[in-house]
Order: sequence, then structure tokens, then C-alpha cells
Amino acid sequence: MDVSIWRGGDDGEYQTYQVPRLESQTVLDVVTYIQRELDPSLSYRFACRVGVCGSCAMTVNGKARWTCRTHVSKVAEGGQLTLDPLNSMPRVKDLVVDMETFFNKWADAKGSFKGDKTRDDALADISPDDPKRKISSAGIECIGCGACYATCDVIKWNPDYLGPAALNRAWTLVNDERDVTGLERLAAVAGDNGCLGCHSQQGCVERCPKSLNPTGAIAGLKRETIKAVLKGELS
Amino acid sequence: MSASALRTETYLWLAQRLSALILTICITVHIATMIIAVQGGLSSEEIIARIGGSKIWLCFYLVFVSSVAVHAPIGLKSIMREMTQIPMKRIDFLSILFSLIIGVLGIRAAFGLYGLGGA
Repeated sequence: MDVSIWRGGDDGEYQTYQVPRLESQTVLDVVTYIQRELDPSLSYRFACRVGVCGSCAMTVNGKARWTCRTHVSKVAEGGQLTLDPLNSMPRVKDLVVDMETFFNKWADAKGSFKGDKTRDDALADISPDDPKRKISSAGIECIGCGACYATCDVIKWNPDYLGPAALNRAWTLVNDERDVTGLERLAAVAGDNGCLGCHSQQGCVERCPKSLNPTGAIAGLKRETIKAVLKGELS
Repeated sequence: MSASALRTETYLWLAQRLSALILTICITVHIATMIIAVQGGLSSEEIIARIGGSKIWLCFYLVFVSSVAVHAPIGLKSIMREMTQIPMKRIDFLSILFSLIIGVLGIRAAFGLYGLGGA
């Protein structure tokens, strides 16, 4: 099997390797084979190998995927694989990107939980069937792999856009009754660089390996931020 | 970002959606009228006979044109922002200019047609 891999940073080039085709072979297996057997200078990221950590996301034949959970048989068109680093993030080397901006946007979107209880207070009593808890739970499984961010066209057009992962995270917290950030978070995710920038193209939904729905989360943020603006709460 | 900028962006976003809502109705009426009324070829006499002098049609087209003058420039603003390197201040200026051109030409045309018909 021919495998073309982007080597270097922005001014790099593709290098092609011959890799033996094996049964039940994942794309991560292919990259690991190349690094261990053919070219130890190849840089890439992985940790868990089983779809838990989210660190092995790359562009496989043009689409952002977790390489550990992508079987070669499902994606190798004509026995050919082309691997690039994730889009919309600065390239460090080969298949490794700098995810600092991606995670900073989570912070910009007030993506961290802030409660007002101490360890001496009773636990919050929230039923799993509570409607807001259900909305929150629907988006909580994001592991920050960046596949949605790398797929989103709006980020390519407007690098200041917060992106689907950060906005999805914010939406889970907007619906978390224990969180007290409230309007501060809505102000952080409002406007054209926030939820209103989304064109609802749903590339993030299409490519999310966890089958989450960031577009739906962003639509929820649109409703809540607009309500807050109309009530004069974000001034 | 300042609260006033957030408010402006939010109101523009809302204005674009609300004008789209009006436009779906206007465009449906517009296209349905074209299909139903224009059976024997399009002629200016026939259009003037139907629309000219009618206050209802005048109101309809004033609403239609106003909605376009609100809707299209906001969309154009997003396109210019995302697809070009034009600075934001110039994009705002061009969008307002585009809105004025559409609005003035459209309203002038609606009144022009109104004035051509009737007794």
C-alpha cells in the first residue's frame, strides 16, 4: 500500500512510503509501522490507541479522523492513503499541530466549570431526566480531539471564530444548573466570533467521532444569547 | 468585545433572519403571480395594468424591497468579511451603500409602477 505523508511544517512536502497491508489494520497502525520500521524521524501524536484520549486525530484522505479508530479498509481509496496534520491549526512538524489556540478558545468561551458550593455543602440534587441535564449530557462526552474544529469552514474564513468544540462545551455548562458563570459566559460566546458566526453547515456533526451535535449546541447558544441581548442583560 | 458591538451584531443577525421570513412570503407571492398571471408572454402593458395604480401592490413591493435592502447587505457583509481581505470599516461602508442603492432603486421602481397605472 502507498502511504503519502506530509513531512515538515508549512513549507514541507509529501513523502511516500510502502507499507504492508494487514488484516484489521488501522491508520494509526500504518503510521506507527512507518515510524518504527521505515523512518524514525516521523512525528505524530497518540496515547491510548483505543479512542479514549483523542490525541491521534489527523487528516486521512482529506477528512479529519481519529486514526486509531479508522480501519484502512474503510478509507484507503484504491489502496492509497494520504495523511496530513489537522487543518486550521499551526503545523509543528509532520502530523503534529499546535493545539494551543484551539484550547485557548475553550477558555475564551468560559469552558471551565465554576460552582459556588464548597465540600461542606450537600451534593446538588439533579435528576438524570431533568431536561437541562439531558441537554448538558448530550454534549459532555467531547474529548477535545479537534476533528470538528479542523473540519469547520467558518474557522478557515474567520480565524477568530471560537469553533464548534469550545461552543459545544459552553452549551453544556449553560445547561449545568450548578454552574454560576451565567451571563458572563453568554457574553463570551455571543456575536459573530461566537455562536452567530456558525453557518450551520454541520461539518462538525458529520466528522465528530463521538457523534455529538455541536451545530445543535450552537443553535441553543444562539437562542439564549439573543434572548439575553433582547432583555438587555448583556449590556 | 464591547457590549454595544455584541448588541449590533446580534440585532443584525436577527434582522437578517426576520427579513428572510418576510422574503419567503414575498418571493412566493411574486413567483406565484408571475406563473399564474403571465400566461400569454410578458408585456409591460400587462404588468402595468395589473400592478399600476394599486395601493395593495405598492405596499407589497415596498415591503418586498425594504426586506431585500435589509437582508442582502447583511449577507454581503458576511461574505466580504469571510472571503476578502477588505478592512471591516470599509465592509460596513460598502454594505450600507449597497443597502441604500437597493432601497432607493427599489422604492423608486415600486412608486414608478404605481404611478404608471390607474385612471
